[in-house]
Amino acid sequence: MIKDIDKGLLSLITDYHSQDAEAFNIRKDGESIDRRSSKKITISPKAKKNGIDIRIKKGTKGQVHIPVILTKSGVEESVYNDFYIQAGADVVIVAGCGIHNDGDKTSRHDGIHTFYVGKGAKVKYIEKHLGKGTGAGKVLNPVTRVYLREGASMEMETTQLGGVTYSKRDTMAKLDAGATLVIKEKILTEGEEIAKTKFDVVLRGEGASVEVISRSVAKDESYQAFDSLVVGESECFGHVECDAILIGNAVVDSSPRIKARNVDATLVHEAAIGKIAGEQLTKLMTLGLNESEAEDLIIKGFLS
Amino acid sequence: MLRLSNVSYTVDGKDILSSIDLTIEAGESVVITGHNGSGKSTLIKIIMGIITPTSGNIYLNGEDITDLPIYERAKRGLTIAFQQPVKFKGLTVKNLIDTATSHSNNVSDVCDYLSKVGLCAKNYIDRELDDTLSGGELKRIEIAMAMAKGGEVYLFDEPEAGIDLWSFEELTSVFDALGDKTRVIVSHQEKVIATADRIVVLSQGKVDRVGETSEIMKSLYVSRTCARLGGDK
Repeated sequence: MIKDIDKGLLSLITDYHSQDAEAFNIRKDGESIDRRSSKKITISPKAKKNGIDIRIKKGTKGQVHIPVILTKSGVEESVYNDFYIQAGADVVIVAGCGIHNDGDKTSRHDGIHTFYVGKGAKVKYIEKHLGKGTGAGKVLNPVTRVYLREGASMEMETTQLGGVTYSKRDTMAKLDAGATLVIKEKILTEGEEIAKTKFDVVLRGEGASVEVISRSVAKDESYQAFDSLVVGESECFGHVECDAILIGNAVVDSSPRIKARNVDATLVHEAAIGKIAGEQLTKLMTLGLNESEAEDLIIKGFLS
Repeated sequence: MLRLSNVSYTVDGKDILSSIDLTIEAGESVVITGHNGSGKSTLIKIIMGIITPTSGNIYLNGEDITDLPIYERAKRGLTIAFQQPVKFKGLTVKNLIDTATSHSNNVSDVCDYLSKVGLCAKNYIDRELDDTLSGGELKRIEIAMAMAKGGEVYLFDEPEAGIDLWSFEELTSVFDALGDKTRVIVSHQEKVIATADRIVVLSQGKVDRVGETSEIMKSLYVSRTCARLGGDK
């Protein structure tokens, strides 16, 4: 049964029209409450642990939605979702978790997603995380493992825009020849929230490439850590860009690392942390915004 | 009418501007010129409220705006185009034009503003104001933003700087398009200076000369020639 509060949460992390997607699985408070497979996309529950297997047939084009919501205080779960995407498929996968916790117990969702992406397949993976309610513990620990076969590509957009008290994201990827991975991460932390991110990408095959773009805003007393490692084992290209804006007493630790294991590997990393530039605030104030409005616009643009 | 009364600005005991008295009538075009370090840009920033003067007052249409913040001056009709355009990661040209006009614009509206500075909207409307744009492109967008914002008094700080292939004729046509709006332009460039009704020459933080353009242009020519020859003005 999907209540109004569920609809609100679902619409924020995906959209409530997940049920219009070709295939979907909606999970609420520890159990699947609605699910549909199609001829080409099958979703089946795992027998021995929480989670589902999503199998996408060769050449399939379509969308899969697998949102999760936690509405009861104290629900803690680890869920294992495995995606088997066959060669030539072209799919959009929408995931994410919304926690509404008004209680005094911690609500936690650890989503462990593994993607096996076949030759030449194309995946866009959108994952949004958020927390609502007055409860202190809204915890999300997403783990993403990606295996891209020859010529496969994946674009991964992860967003966490406030309300999550603690998160630890762990992403690992291994790319075969000609495979491409783009990771775009957006994080906003406020209050005393903590967000930790770790990316490990290995470019195994010739012509593999990865681009990691992380933009984050840390406000108040919040803390963020960004730790990325790109290893080039062949003629390949890797680029890591991490930009963070600090507001108040927030702290950001950034450690972008690159390791070349082949003379033809080209790896680049950039990192910048700082407060909002005074000249940006000034410019927007000359257009009629007060300082608070100018700050909001800069943050909105930065995280867009 | 814009009036500066006894405006001074001192940093670490050094006078950047001293006792500036200046009245600019509504609809007048005034160029402020002078050597590097003479205080031109500082003066324009003081008018906009970006720098607070050590002493003195600024009046806009009779209202003392000396203590008003930048955005209140902007709302009262002061508009500035900076010498060095500001970059914004994540904000597009349209975002900033929308901010300048205080409402969302359609493509046609944005096109109107950008075409005034010789840019094709479709190539720029969704571009971020970041390092992918050249200095000249950023400068033209800066001027387009000022045009989009509108106002009663336009302040241009060295509008010709970094204009790349865009011609001075097109830049001066932007000034012409402002019609009867008041213009205060900081410039070294003779073609820009020639567009003014009056010229104010600053020297070492003080008003050295003020007068009709035709009159001051002659003395500027003489002083530059003398300077090249190593003599005094």
